[in-house]
Amino acid sequence: MTDASLSMIDRQDAAQALFRRKRLISVAVPAVILLYLTYIFFAFDVMGLAERARLDNAMTLIRDTYSYKTHVTRANRSGEVTIAKEGERPATWPEGQSPDWVAIDGETVTVDLPKGHSVLFLPDQTAVYRHPEFGDITAKLDPSVTIDIAEDRLPEWISYSRTRLDIRTEAGRLTMTRAKTEVFRYFFGWELFWFTLDSPYHGTPVWSLLLGPQIDPDRSNIAGAWQDFWANPLWHHGKVAWAIGETILMAFLGTMGAALVALPLAFLAARNFTPVVVVRQLVRRVFDFVRGVDALIFTILLSRAFGPGPLTGALAILLTDTGSLGKLFSEALENVDQKQIEGVSSTGAKPLQRYRFGVIPQITPVLLSQILYFLESNTRSATIIGAITGGGIGLMLTQAIITQKDWEEVTYYIVLIVLMVIFMDWVSGILRRRLIKGGGH
Amino acid sequence: MTDLTQGAAPLAATQDSYMAMVRQKRLYSGIAILVFVVLLVSGFRVANDRNAGGFFDGIHRIFDFPADVVGEAWDKRADMAGLLWKYLPDLIETLNIAAVATLTGAALGLVLSLLSTRGMARWPVLIPVFRRIMDVTRALPEIVVALVLIYMLGGGPIPAMIAIALHTAGALGKLYSEVNENADLKPVDGLTSVGATWSQKMLLGVMPQVAPNYLSYGLLRFEVNIRASAILGFVGAGGIGYELRNSMAWGPGRFDEAAAIFILLFVTIVAVDQLSSSLRNRLSEGANQ
Repeated sequence: MTDASLSMIDRQDAAQALFRRKRLISVAVPAVILLYLTYIFFAFDVMGLAERARLDNAMTLIRDTYSYKTHVTRANRSGEVTIAKEGERPATWPEGQSPDWVAIDGETVTVDLPKGHSVLFLPDQTAVYRHPEFGDITAKLDPSVTIDIAEDRLPEWISYSRTRLDIRTEAGRLTMTRAKTEVFRYFFGWELFWFTLDSPYHGTPVWSLLLGPQIDPDRSNIAGAWQDFWANPLWHHGKVAWAIGETILMAFLGTMGAALVALPLAFLAARNFTPVVVVRQLVRRVFDFVRGVDALIFTILLSRAFGPGPLTGALAILLTDTGSLGKLFSEALENVDQKQIEGVSSTGAKPLQRYRFGVIPQITPVLLSQILYFLESNTRSATIIGAITGGGIGLMLTQAIITQKDWEEVTYYIVLIVLMVIFMDWVSGILRRRLIKGGGH
Repeated sequence: MTDLTQGAAPLAATQDSYMAMVRQKRLYSGIAILVFVVLLVSGFRVANDRNAGGFFDGIHRIFDFPADVVGEAWDKRADMAGLLWKYLPDLIETLNIAAVATLTGAALGLVLSLLSTRGMARWPVLIPVFRRIMDVTRALPEIVVALVLIYMLGGGPIPAMIAIALHTAGALGKLYSEVNENADLKPVDGLTSVGATWSQKMLLGVMPQVAPNYLSYGLLRFEVNIRASAILGFVGAGGIGYELRNSMAWGPGRFDEAAAIFILLFVTIVAVDQLSSSLRNRLSEGANQ
């Protein structure tokens, strides 16, 4: 009796202690995390973020993702007027033509903006911004930029100095410098995504491309349209497709190469296949080493030897993943069932045949599904490595971001990258499911 | 039974059809291997052609650069300790980026996973929406988000942190929802019967079951995120990657600094790998008890 009651009290005490510990943990862990986050708040200078943040950059970026601007530019020295979407040369209206919201009458140019705004280019290097509520703003080059509003009465949407005038409204934008006077009008969508203005197919609806009369006498409609779309000088669809192919290629070569190198090495690192401790430990340390060096360092080292490009990226992935896959493969090998191998060797099979018929069939589903997982995640890695070493869609993306101009292209690339990754996930998911099903038979 | 009663002729037929199947299987796997080899070889050739330098031109130069770095580091070995000390704060920044990103990403992934698991979701109608959110954040490579945010927020650790956290939320969210699907719903039912709110049900009914698995996936993600954070530094997001790029840009003369950074990165990655794998082993043992 006493024994039982004693152990009862003991157990009660133990339970109490456990509860106390749990209570302590449930308070201490959030407290530590909170402390850490406070430290990070100061270490990362979150307060300083407000002044570092460039809200105007953010606005340009967001605006560019869904709209484009058409520039109407007058070179102030020659008086020549050009109209171009995004100011790009392949997107310039031919001499003497203009969209219907621009009227050219000798030296006077009228640019209609939405919401009743308009801009007039007058002779004598003068420009007038007609604001329906604020009234007319007249700017003149004389020889520096002058404006007919007193500087203390300027509204906050006009920024003015003697070298530069910048009027930004919800309808558009007028800038005047000594070199040029320029009006931006914004439109919804991505400019000239299918065809540029110099292509005969620009502005042709799809159904008349497919069924209508032949537009270009030398080429059939579909072939010609495809050529002009593929070689679009603004969007470079062909080049982008190549870049995506290159990225997938890097991931494919890297993963498969790593698997091919890792498989034989994994036998050397598995306890049940390599009884020699020294060899086993050596191979395992090699795996740890290449995993620890990391793709970043391999990329840097290899690009010194091979230069930038997809091969360098593929080899960097190959080296890093040899370590990871080798480790996983050797673990899979250590878990194989010895009975099948014994069965095969009882028929008098040689070592190589024992591996081929006793081991490989057991581990194939595991290996393939690991490889497919790696292929999937390496598509992302290849994008990142491409950005560092110069190859594939990663390079195009960094270049487009560094120029800080064509955010619609950046958006296009991001959408394509996301689609590419989701596509690879999907393909590898299907293959994995089929393999696992097949492996069950 | 029928097989036994019908004599030898059907046996031969069975054998024939078996051999035919074996031959067919061999043919298929032969074709598959052939296609694979062709893909691999032609892929290698394409990559080789599009690379700035070819594989066979560069292969003998592969150890030139490591030899330069090691040589220079060895010549200035007296300064190595000082350099390691100098770059320690940058290493800590890289680790901090990874740690905060893992913490916030895991928290976000946890909420997303609970909201997208059948039987636990707060709004069952919105399950597909939360799943697509996870798919998209998972598919976005960190570098994309980081570069865009660097443009908007300026350099420094915060863009990298947000970028990694977003990707982590998607990646962990998917793993966590797989864990959730294996969780027992009876505690949730019990809590529902006493009128618990959704957050109470999740905190008291689900969390205790899934916490070990969550922690173990989170640790694995932390390892991955350290590497990602170093890489993002290389494109301008601060931390040790940024210093590495600077020292590389200087070329010979600063390779001792590059060597110091290589050492710091390597030691950190290996140490965290070992630490987290032993922690994860302990966690999975605890979960099995």
